[in-house]
Amino acid sequence: MKNIWNFFAGTLVLVSKGSKAYYCWVLFLLILMGIGASAYIHQLNEGLIVSNMRDQVSWGFYISNFTFMVGVAAAAVLLVIPAYVYEWGPIKEFAVLGELLAVSAIVMCLLFVTVDIGHPERFWHLIPKIGLLNFPQSLLAWDVVVLNTYLVLNLTISIYILYNIYYKREPKHNFYTPLVLLSIPSAISIHTVTAFLYNGLGARPFWNSSILVPRFLASAFCSGPAFMLLIFLLVRKYTKFRIKDEAIQKVAEIMAYAMFINLLLLGAELFKEYYTDTIHLDSFQYLFQGLHGHSALVPYIWTAMVFNVTAFFLFLVPATRKNTMTLIIGCVLVFIGVYIEKGMGLVIPGFIPDTLHEIYEYAPSNTELLLAMGIWATGLFVYTMLLRVAIPILNRDFHVADDGVGSFIGDQLFLVQQKTEPLPNCNSSEQEYTA
Amino acid sequence: MKTRSFTCPTLVLVAILLFQFMSATQSQAVRVKEFDRSGKLIVVEKTAAELQPTYNIKNKLAENIFPVPRPPFSEGIFPCSQCHSYMKPNPTRRTLTEYHTEIVLHHAEGQRWCTDCHNLVNRDKLRLVSGELINFTESYRLCGQCHGDKFRDWKVGVHGKRTGYWNGDKQYLLCVHCHNPHDPKFKALKPLPPPERPGTARH
Amino acid sequence: MSEIEKNEYVQHRSRRKFLKEMAAGIGLIALPGKEASASMWEDFFQKHFRELSKDELKNVLARLEKKYSKQFSKQVTVKATPPIEGVRYGYALDLSRCIGCRRCVYACVKENNQSRDPQIHWIRVLQMNKEKGVDLSQAEHYYNPEKVPEKGHFYMPVQCQQCENPPCTKVCPVQATWKENDGIVVVDYNWCIGCRYCMAACPYGARHFNWGKPGLPAAEMNPDTHYLGNRPRPIGVVEKCTFCIQRTREQPGRYPACEEICPVGARKFGNLLDPESEIRYLIENKRVFILKEELNTQPKFFYFYAT
Repeated sequence: MKNIWNFFAGTLVLVSKGSKAYYCWVLFLLILMGIGASAYIHQLNEGLIVSNMRDQVSWGFYISNFTFMVGVAAAAVLLVIPAYVYEWGPIKEFAVLGELLAVSAIVMCLLFVTVDIGHPERFWHLIPKIGLLNFPQSLLAWDVVVLNTYLVLNLTISIYILYNIYYKREPKHNFYTPLVLLSIPSAISIHTVTAFLYNGLGARPFWNSSILVPRFLASAFCSGPAFMLLIFLLVRKYTKFRIKDEAIQKVAEIMAYAMFINLLLLGAELFKEYYTDTIHLDSFQYLFQGLHGHSALVPYIWTAMVFNVTAFFLFLVPATRKNTMTLIIGCVLVFIGVYIEKGMGLVIPGFIPDTLHEIYEYAPSNTELLLAMGIWATGLFVYTMLLRVAIPILNRDFHVADDGVGSFIGDQLFLVQQKTEPLPNCNSSEQEYTA
Repeated sequence: MKTRSFTCPTLVLVAILLFQFMSATQSQAVRVKEFDRSGKLIVVEKTAAELQPTYNIKNKLAENIFPVPRPPFSEGIFPCSQCHSYMKPNPTRRTLTEYHTEIVLHHAEGQRWCTDCHNLVNRDKLRLVSGELINFTESYRLCGQCHGDKFRDWKVGVHGKRTGYWNGDKQYLLCVHCHNPHDPKFKALKPLPPPERPGTARH
Repeated sequence: MSEIEKNEYVQHRSRRKFLKEMAAGIGLIALPGKEASASMWEDFFQKHFRELSKDELKNVLARLEKKYSKQFSKQVTVKATPPIEGVRYGYALDLSRCIGCRRCVYACVKENNQSRDPQIHWIRVLQMNKEKGVDLSQAEHYYNPEKVPEKGHFYMPVQCQQCENPPCTKVCPVQATWKENDGIVVVDYNWCIGCRYCMAACPYGARHFNWGKPGLPAAEMNPDTHYLGNRPRPIGVVEKCTFCIQRTREQPGRYPACEEICPVGARKFGNLLDPESEIRYLIENKRVFILKEELNTQPKFFYFYAT
């Protein structure tokens, strides 16, 4: 028992101490979280009417973000597959960081859904035996099951591995490999189920095409790794954590293929709608050209298209893929491009025009924007905290003390230049294990 | 013999009359010649009841009585006989100048006028083309003479309005509850307000 | 301070903080007065309507009657009349008669206690173009001329079609909406979590959400309510037309409010299983169609032309 307390004490020390930049970052996130919390309290008091969602567009910014984040969460599997299935060294070391990203992303997803529903206190209605979960008929019920399964799986795997490394033990292969292999179909399942919940609605022809599932998976495999690559580049630059170039290059290459498939599938959708030219073209027209004078989303979607195509070429051409600067630009472009295309660019045109062909142009209200920003800050905060504990563990800088009970923290600062000597307030007698 | 010669033809006459009488009252089918729809002359069996002409009011089957609410009379106008029993009926077609001047006939006014529907002598009744007199509560029969398809639909509830219970007693609103019989065309109504456009209400 | 002492200090502080927050949280929960909190807990823990036993249902109805009577300062009844045996409701709308006057919309609002502000209408009347026919993309929702009907237009009211194969009940994650034995699709307002998936699934735009706190003036409230129908709804739940379940399930059953108010008799209602009913006659003898037939929702709201 005391071990665990010491572990938590150690983590608290880790998260509460760091460089100036770290403090600034965490403070910034906490402020955003505070603003988001107050926006949520305002929404709880007044109801969802403080958003701009109405009967005609009944899902908006929150669900757009939710859909995007499910894709990011699913993409952790992209790193897991090569790492564990092919025992490919360079990725194996930091696949845990990908799983922690999945955890943070799922936390964000759950938060986005919680703030979107009219009665969050009635969440217990969703619990299988206690409430009444409409499984297997309702795709949302499936989503509840698979999202929580995925969260639990990823938490279990990453905590298990990290905890064992903390205790200077080799994590048992027989325990975590089956879980890891299970997490692969689980990751595919969360995004397939999310795609199905849009796909299965005959009332919304914009979503009712079978191509939606592969589109979701392809765009997920671009957006998640984009964020991961940015994190890895950061981690490589500012901590002792070593990440090989090969690993980053491989992920970028896979992203190029994923983006190609994403663009191909989008092209197929566009051909089908524009060539057949039925009334179902209206939603696509609204998105790409504007419909009956309403064109709020047009600049956004074209920005996303430009970003996606540019990023595709940046990742495809080996020269730009190897160059760190263009790689970073590519990752940012992909992330923003897929955020627009799969977020608002997917959810809103499903509702415009609505089932009785009315057009209600939706743009998020201030409360929605602030609350979404708060949830993003929460996700980043969770991920920062998890990384703040995980990286020292993986660096062997944070482990159980020699007495087997207390915890030992080697390097106290989060951001340490790789080449500098130990800083004055660290004990010089400490051993340093490199990753 | 004198008496014998008297009784014989009497008896024969009586017998013939009896026979006629019996054959007339027998419900045996009678074979008559008729043209069918394709123009062929065919022989058809008809019962005595079917041979009776129906345009004779006495032979007409009773119409169904439908549950209708009270006809929408103007205040104090009914019974009409409270005035018209003292007045001499004037069948001349003219524009009324003294009373009922607010009624302007816009309903087949080229073909008919007041006394074609309102019975000339007994103003408390309406008059069908066959001469039959009906109450105002059965005015649908009058309308149904020309508007047969609407009448058929009204009888089964497809035309017109019904109130009451969908599985119980109903009131079938009379034609005249909705259609002014003298000027039946519906006037346009002012519509009630449209719904608020989403996102425009102040909250 | 040495490393170990520092760690212990951190531990003590974190423990203290944690306990303080817990105390504050419990205090918050215990704040409301005794009676209010009792009904609040009952409200919170109430089971799904279909899982309530007879006694539990009686308690629920009594609790709701008390709540609404207090809220609206009048005697409110909440009943839970079950479906009538051997009945499947059908509705028909005569497109050759509707003049678009919207009296049905507002009669429904009055009868079914809909929120006035924010405004909720269960019926939406569409002004269609005679030249284009039944083409929803040409429909005008916000027509407001001086007089209706306008030349060259016909009118088509749309409300919940009470589908036989409803896409909305399929997608509800908590089974808060279902189709009853008499064919009416209902919502348990105390079970709905407000996720609005059913609204995305409905092809007819028939479902409406209580985005804000419903504004229902006490003077205009209809006190004769049904649990699954026209009782005042809370914020954050979905609602829709229920074929006036509080009227039509009576014995003998009354017509829905929209049917009664229609000044031109364009609305027909009855039992589809009764061969003598008006609705059966017109389905069998008139030109009838349904909206969005290709979606296989099998609505029980038919549109027809009587002439």
